[in-house]
Amino acid sequence: MKSRNFSSLPIIILLALVSLPLVTMYVFLFVDTISDAPAGSLIPTSFTLEHWRFLWEEPKVGETSIWPVTLNTFIFAATTSSIVMTVSLMAGYALSRLNMPFRRFMLAGLITLHAFPTITLIIAIFLILQLLGLYNTLLGVIIVKTALELPFGIWIMKGFYDTVPWEIEMAGVQDGASRFTVWWKLVLPQVQPGLVALGVFSFLSAWSEFILPQVLSPSGSGQVLSTYLNSLILDDTRPDFNMFKSVGLFYAMPVIFIYLTFQKKLMNIYGGGSKG
Amino acid sequence: MRILLDSFTKTFGDVTVIKDMNLDIKSGEMLALLGPSGCGKSTTLFAICGIHGMDGGRLLFGDKDVTSLPSQKRNVGVVFQNYALYPHMNVWENIAFPLKIQKRSKAVIEKEVQAMAELVQIEELLDRKPVQLSGGQQQRVALARALVRKPDILLLDEPLANLDAKLRLEMRSEIRRIQQQTGITAVLVTHDQVEAMSMCDRIAIMNGGKIVQLSAPEEMYRNPSSDFVAGFLGNPPIAFLEGVIKDSHCHLHGGETRVALNGHAQKVSDGQKIKLGIRPEFFRPEFDLKVKGKISFIEAHGRENLYDVVLDNGDILRSIQNHDAQYQLGQEVTWGICQDNILAFDGEGERL
Repeated sequence: MKSRNFSSLPIIILLALVSLPLVTMYVFLFVDTISDAPAGSLIPTSFTLEHWRFLWEEPKVGETSIWPVTLNTFIFAATTSSIVMTVSLMAGYALSRLNMPFRRFMLAGLITLHAFPTITLIIAIFLILQLLGLYNTLLGVIIVKTALELPFGIWIMKGFYDTVPWEIEMAGVQDGASRFTVWWKLVLPQVQPGLVALGVFSFLSAWSEFILPQVLSPSGSGQVLSTYLNSLILDDTRPDFNMFKSVGLFYAMPVIFIYLTFQKKLMNIYGGGSKG
Repeated sequence: MRILLDSFTKTFGDVTVIKDMNLDIKSGEMLALLGPSGCGKSTTLFAICGIHGMDGGRLLFGDKDVTSLPSQKRNVGVVFQNYALYPHMNVWENIAFPLKIQKRSKAVIEKEVQAMAELVQIEELLDRKPVQLSGGQQQRVALARALVRKPDILLLDEPLANLDAKLRLEMRSEIRRIQQQTGITAVLVTHDQVEAMSMCDRIAIMNGGKIVQLSAPEEMYRNPSSDFVAGFLGNPPIAFLEGVIKDSHCHLHGGETRVALNGHAQKVSDGQKIKLGIRPEFFRPEFDLKVKGKISFIEAHGRENLYDVVLDNGDILRSIQNHDAQYQLGQEVTWGICQDNILAFDGEGERL
């Protein structure tokens, strides 16, 4: 045990007090999905899997099955994150290393775009998508989400490239490798932790996106889990809250799983990316 | 392979760093580019390897004009100051990288890497990552990687700057040994005169983007062309006395001390300003041109002691002597200068 110059007990007590309500909510989120409780009581009385029936039951008329919606969400998140990764990987390098025209202007533009409250653009985006015939399609939402994620991604990747020493590239060039080989074989492995973190972040960001699908693809084939969840309580005259919780948990599970898997790499994105 | 820089010019924006520099490096020679920081020595090195383009002049390797050839095609090995090893590859992969780029066969790569590892004596480290190596070991790997594809020229950019003092001594002779063993033409960039003198066949000393003097280390030490060169070479450094000529003697400023000018008397006229350079080993009790002073500082070097002696006009002379001489701080002494070894410079610093 490392010796410390402060006592951690007060901090633990404070944290416990603050996070207790949160933990309670999470516990009940889970417990409620697999049990029934009499009205007005918190204590469950019987175990049931009925609230998870959306996973296996045929949808009733007018309802959608959750599987195509989940697939949509996955396609949405995966496509967004792969495009963001690919473009950021290349654009970040260009901005960090290549002596190209308008470099300063583009850097300033990136920062501005990143800081811009995107929700103010929604009406313009709506009109443009309608004009292009992409309104109410998943493709339209993917394009918009990707475009909005890119400034952040490029900026983060530029930061990671900036920490790679120039000498590594010079050495590669001296060793006879082309500029492309140097980038691919020598520089990419150095920024790989950043790339993984960026991929996870953009995947999660798209996975939990609600406003864009809600506004730009409100009905039909482009539905994703967030909008499905929304319609679940909107449409029904007799809301089933336990089922709503189950869908919510189903929706949140990949997020929790991804966070647990990639924890360390995600911390990287705020650490500047250089590993000693 | 011979390297020839012909009226090489380099500018960064509006600033001309190097103008019309000429440099001829013989085949198989190890040459040092020595100078204070910002003198253009690294710029010259990067122009030779092709990382910087040249803004004027020609660069020849042997008889081949490589001025506009990209780095990849120049066949030059470079060792960088921070070694620039590829952190995600192990030592073997680092050394093999240049050969893999050339798409050599597996057997050849295996053999060459092994041979290189033996040359720089790191056979047992081949599967380690660079972070697991000490500075000296990283240095050896960087050397091996630079040499593995048998380059025509080896460039070393301050290769010893990041090593501790003991390792530096060791690597100094190591690099020299490897250079002589391979017979490669090498250029060493350094700001450390000891490195330059101990490792190289010739030294090109640079200042303000110009080569001030180009000669063998011994010659440069004994026969510097200007006060800058004299001041740069030698540790402990040379001491300068300023004075005016009168009756073939140099009268030091603001004092009574006169120094006779034997060999230089014909080259000067009365009233001319002059600067005398006296190295610490030529200012000792046993020499005959006596000057009076007071010991103001004693530095023990172990085998020798270094004394700073303040003359009556405030100028300082340095003397290095055997450590068993018992002098005290503040003691008045009358020591002598070895007349034959005074270096005299005119008002502009040019050697007389």
